[in-house]
Amino acid sequence: MDLYGRRRIANRVVMGLSALATGFGLLWLALVLGTLLANGIAAIGPTLFTQMTPPPGSSGGLLNAIFGTVAMTVLATLIGTPTGILAGTFLAEYARASRFGEAVRFVNDILLSAPSIIIGLFVYEAMVVHMGHFSAWAGAVALAIIMIPVVVRTTEDMLRLVPDSLREAAAALGAPRWKVIVLVAYRAAVQGMLTGVLLAIARISGETAPLLFTALNNQFWSADLNAPMANLPVVIFQFAMSPYADWQTLAWGGALLITAAILVLSITARVLASWSSFKQ
Amino acid sequence: MEQLQTMSPVTARPLPIEPAARPEQPAEATATAEAPAIKVEIRNVSFFYGKFQALKDISLPLYDRNVTAFIGPSGCGKSTLLRVLNRIYELYPGHLATGEVLVGGENILDPGLDPNRLRARIGMVFQKPTPFPMSVYENIAFGIRLYERLPKSELDDRIESALRRAALWDEVKDKLRQSGLRLSGGQQQRLCIARAIAIEPEILLLDEPASALDPISTQRIEELIAELKADYCIAIVTHNMQQAARSSDYTAFLYSGELVEFDETERIFTHPTKRRTEDYITGRFG
Repeated sequence: MDLYGRRRIANRVVMGLSALATGFGLLWLALVLGTLLANGIAAIGPTLFTQMTPPPGSSGGLLNAIFGTVAMTVLATLIGTPTGILAGTFLAEYARASRFGEAVRFVNDILLSAPSIIIGLFVYEAMVVHMGHFSAWAGAVALAIIMIPVVVRTTEDMLRLVPDSLREAAAALGAPRWKVIVLVAYRAAVQGMLTGVLLAIARISGETAPLLFTALNNQFWSADLNAPMANLPVVIFQFAMSPYADWQTLAWGGALLITAAILVLSITARVLASWSSFKQ
Repeated sequence: MEQLQTMSPVTARPLPIEPAARPEQPAEATATAEAPAIKVEIRNVSFFYGKFQALKDISLPLYDRNVTAFIGPSGCGKSTLLRVLNRIYELYPGHLATGEVLVGGENILDPGLDPNRLRARIGMVFQKPTPFPMSVYENIAFGIRLYERLPKSELDDRIESALRRAALWDEVKDKLRQSGLRLSGGQQQRLCIARAIAIEPEILLLDEPASALDPISTQRIEELIAELKADYCIAIVTHNMQQAARSSDYTAFLYSGELVEFDETERIFTHPTKRRTEDYITGRFG
């Protein structure tokens, strides 16, 4: 067989294998989403959003857990976003070639891939033990620690995509450095940075391990940030492992809810990202 | 450079550049053919990128209300020299200029001088158009707002007049709220010129302002330079020899970090005194 023919066959074989691998990956995603929908849809209804987590055998919803997850995610975002953006700005604008910047970047990458249970344990040791009880604050701090490296990384990457010529142009008008960063570089990178924050929120809203040691859980309604607080991931964990059918249904409902929320966040992030590339 | 064979610099020049034919020049001194006021005095300037010396002891004047072109082959230091004049090189660590650059008797390389105050007086336009990611209006308002708090109507006027002087107003007057990034390359470059002159500098530095543009946009930029020189001291870096011949009054030829020759453009292009200058402008190298 000639060279060209051999190449064509090799091309087809590799293409076929790639398609197969893609299909294999997507299959599991589809199965996960299908199972989630099939089992969770039954739990979706008005009571899910209006009633507290019930004792076994009686009806109820997930209101306290939804509130807890939203509250802790918002708190974590309020702590993690400014910290992450400022640190990312430092790395991209002030510490680009410095040793210290290299070290911070390296540590941040380690933190980025640190198992979340270790962060939970750390916050348990640093906060829960000292306070003497589990609390929503501890949960929010643990989530913020998971969020920060993600935001640092995306902020730095996005700011580095801003061409230096733009910074030079602003500086050539006599703009001081902070104005160059805030008014020009941020402006050019804002969609990407926002996308990073949204993806970080999506990431932390489903985290279970760091909350087990920090916010724990709460069967009842509680808006007290100094007390244990219910949250979806831990409720799902607890209810799904239980032998009670109605608890299991609620766990499926909660899982579906989280998945839908993350989907919405991811789509928003995608839309923002494509919008920015369209504008450039 | 084949065009040089078919077009002599003189015939390739749509704009009058003969010093004697410039009516806006006040005839002060009569001893020499002309004596325009010196705006910038570059004295013994050397420049280092780390250990590499990019400029070697450069001295030359830039005359007010005149265009001075810096020409030379790639890497000769012409852009570096321009970047010394507003100290923009300081944004990067390891870049160092020595010597003096006097503007109105003041050495602008003096580290005690705030570079941002300096850059308010010395505007710069870059090779690639650099509109900020904001509206046409905001692009120009950005610079003005750095120095002045103006009421809306006054700001509007300033922006309109800057756009008019940059010969862009008619094209963008209905698109002021549109992103500056949506303009064409030539329009973006004129927007950058408008942005630079909106803060009313004394000196304009143009770093190959037309090299990324098509011939028609290039011509518009050159016409603009001819108009702007009535008010400013302009220094322009260019790769394009015809452009230097057409739009400048003085030309400095640099070669590997040294100033080979500085004279009236007319003389540089017709009777260069140095062999290397002649070789370069006739296209024998570079």
